Amino acid sequence: MLTLRRCTTIPLYARLVRYGFRKHATYVVAALAGAFTNSVFGILRAYILIALWQARPGLAGYDVTQAVTYCFITQAFIGPMQLFGVGLSIPERIRSGDIALDLVRPASLQLWSLAEDLGRAAYLFLVRGLPPMLLGAAVFGIYLPAAPGQWAAFLTGFLAAVLVSFAWRYLVALSVCWLLDERGVQSFSLVLTTLCSGMLLPLELFPGWFGEAVRVLPWAAMVQAPTDLYLGEAPVLDTLAFQAFWAVVLLAAGALATRAIRHKVVIQGG
Amino acid sequence: MVRTYALLAWTWTRAAMAYPASFAIMTVLGLAVAGMDVAVILIVFANTTTLAGFSRDETLFLYGTANLAFCLCDMFVSNIDRISQHIKAGTLDTMLIRPVSPWLQLAADRFLPTRIGRIAQAAVVLGYALSALDLDPGRLWMVPVMIACGIVIFTALWTLAGALQFVLVDAPEVTSAFTYGTGQLTQYPFSIYGRELVRGVTYVLPLAFVNWQPALYVLDRDDPFGTPEFMRFLGPVAALVLALLAALAWRQGLRHYRSTGS
Amino acid sequence: MIELNDVGRAFKVKRAVVHAVRDLSFTVAPGEFVGYLGPNGAGKSTTIKMLCGILTPTSGRVRVAGLDPSRRRTTLARRIGVVFGQRTTLWWDLPLGDSFDLIRLLYKVDRKVFRVRLDELTQTLDLGGFLRTPVRQLSLGQRMRGDLAAALLHAPDVLVLDEPTIGLDVVSKASIRTFLRRLNAEQGTTVLLTTHDLGDIERLCRRVMVIDHGRLGFDGTLDDLMATAPEHSSIEDVVTALYTGTG
Repeated sequence: MLTLRRCTTIPLYARLVRYGFRKHATYVVAALAGAFTNSVFGILRAYILIALWQARPGLAGYDVTQAVTYCFITQAFIGPMQLFGVGLSIPERIRSGDIALDLVRPASLQLWSLAEDLGRAAYLFLVRGLPPMLLGAAVFGIYLPAAPGQWAAFLTGFLAAVLVSFAWRYLVALSVCWLLDERGVQSFSLVLTTLCSGMLLPLELFPGWFGEAVRVLPWAAMVQAPTDLYLGEAPVLDTLAFQAFWAVVLLAAGALATRAIRHKVVIQGG
Repeated sequence: MVRTYALLAWTWTRAAMAYPASFAIMTVLGLAVAGMDVAVILIVFANTTTLAGFSRDETLFLYGTANLAFCLCDMFVSNIDRISQHIKAGTLDTMLIRPVSPWLQLAADRFLPTRIGRIAQAAVVLGYALSALDLDPGRLWMVPVMIACGIVIFTALWTLAGALQFVLVDAPEVTSAFTYGTGQLTQYPFSIYGRELVRGVTYVLPLAFVNWQPALYVLDRDDPFGTPEFMRFLGPVAALVLALLAALAWRQGLRHYRSTGS
Repeated sequence: MIELNDVGRAFKVKRAVVHAVRDLSFTVAPGEFVGYLGPNGAGKSTTIKMLCGILTPTSGRVRVAGLDPSRRRTTLARRIGVVFGQRTTLWWDLPLGDSFDLIRLLYKVDRKVFRVRLDELTQTLDLGGFLRTPVRQLSLGQRMRGDLAAALLHAPDVLVLDEPTIGLDVVSKASIRTFLRRLNAEQGTTVLLTTHDLGDIERLCRRVMVIDHGRLGFDGTLDDLMATAPEHSSIEDVVTALYTGTG
């Protein structure tokens, strides 16, 4: 019975990943525009880090090239992980009431959304992620991992980071159902994500207890962790375990929230 | 014109005030979003005393002057950014059937009074920098002048961004590189940037006059790139040139729209 | 009131030139109520956009209320009212009453005059029940009545309606038709109406113009139009024959 079900669900979600990819492929111009803007900001941010590392060589255990690489790789993450937004259509569908249609489907809303989001992330990784990296390499020169193992570690860490990012955004999206002020929640998430993920500066630079706190919170698993895997500056297994921990916790919370919203919408008709 | 804008903005403010809790939350969160840029400056200077020859308080002075102008324009002009959405939804047509300039209608469209938090934040930082730095009082007259020029330059940039979107309907985000990018650029002493970049934003697109050039005068510093002294005072000229360019581009954009009928 | 002389409008679509409207000439006298018919893509919307100055004609001469719309767009705006059935000219997030306030400000309508006009429109269009409701929460019929009121607050001489009854139920349609007929009869407002609803035409328009492929195919009274077909044909038959070119 279990194997039978798996036979039909795996192709379904694989197909959803493909649809997510293809859906975003129709917005190629918008994605390239995003890549352009992310690249410009990458250059401006890189100069700040270069000046800082010239004053303090070896800060946070990085050399100047690694610091510049840090900057461009985090810019490359903005699109795939939707660090500045929600990137899910759920809030819109909750407002219009269409969410009820999604919830009565015989497939989990969370897995369904995740599959589409993975497709979107894969597309944006290629179109919005690679250009800033290439530009950074051309203008300043960036660090490239030599060992295949390091690449494998980075790609695994990147996938885990996308999972954590999705799991967080899914929770934010569903919160619209309970908290009426959608823009408030989204801005709140924006502040937390930008500040605590390592998007602004490497978390190693954050001073005192604040620094210690942000380095263990889930947002660190989105940007800081995969970047350190790329730079070869973090123990691979520990880092992946840290990301996996937050992915599991947040996805579980998302599953609970899905049950709650199903109860609210389908049963209470709300 | 100012009256029409004020009345339009007031209507949106009244609509926002209908939900006071939400209004308060958005003001505070807007402050927090803007505060992150200050946080970056403070964290950078928690790790070093000078950045490319400039101290923390000097950097905060640069940030405060540019950001005050930027946030004012963000509140009053930046709604023009949404023009591509209006073109796609056809709502630009409805603005064109009204007896008021579409530029004004767009700038006031969905005016967000909650952005006042950001302006306050920039003003506080500037106030702090002015009191912390031991500035020559005889040079302080330049501060209001540079903020005024900054306002004109950012308004021109947003207008240019809007004009560009008549052509780049599907890629409006490109234009944020110029508007928000300039906001980012002017937060730091230009001495951190590469020589070519600084040349470009001095002689081609005169963004150095938002704060860098006049600030060198206020701070009584030599330009690390060695530009002559009189450049410190060219802010009004740069602002005027950009404003004319923007007005021309806007007219051209609107004409293009009315002759292609998107 | 409306005057078009050999007006043409061409678009470049992927290097090919498409003539949305060509050699279009007609005159609408003050106080007329004219139906403007045509199949989808015939050039109706292009004409309307040229009348309000949103679109500049590539050739010919357009005059509305004596003004060249594309040059004197903002001046003309005070004398013309426009309703797009497919999209609203109201502000989505604001209560209907606030939208009207904005319009008063934009058109610089005197507060007292505005008050009187709004009361009148509120009564005739029965808007009282939803003046405080945000536009996005209105039903289509309510929104359309709101849009009509918005287009008339500045007392325009000409009213241009682009499919104002699209998607409305029978009751809403009837109330809008009654309102338009009274507006035309009592205030003498010139009305140009495009629609796919032939009921609108039958009940409202003395004169009908039919455009097809960018050219005027018929211009005359409703009776003339009916006379082009055998007796006892319905208006649907007559118009179908005109559109498909079998008439």
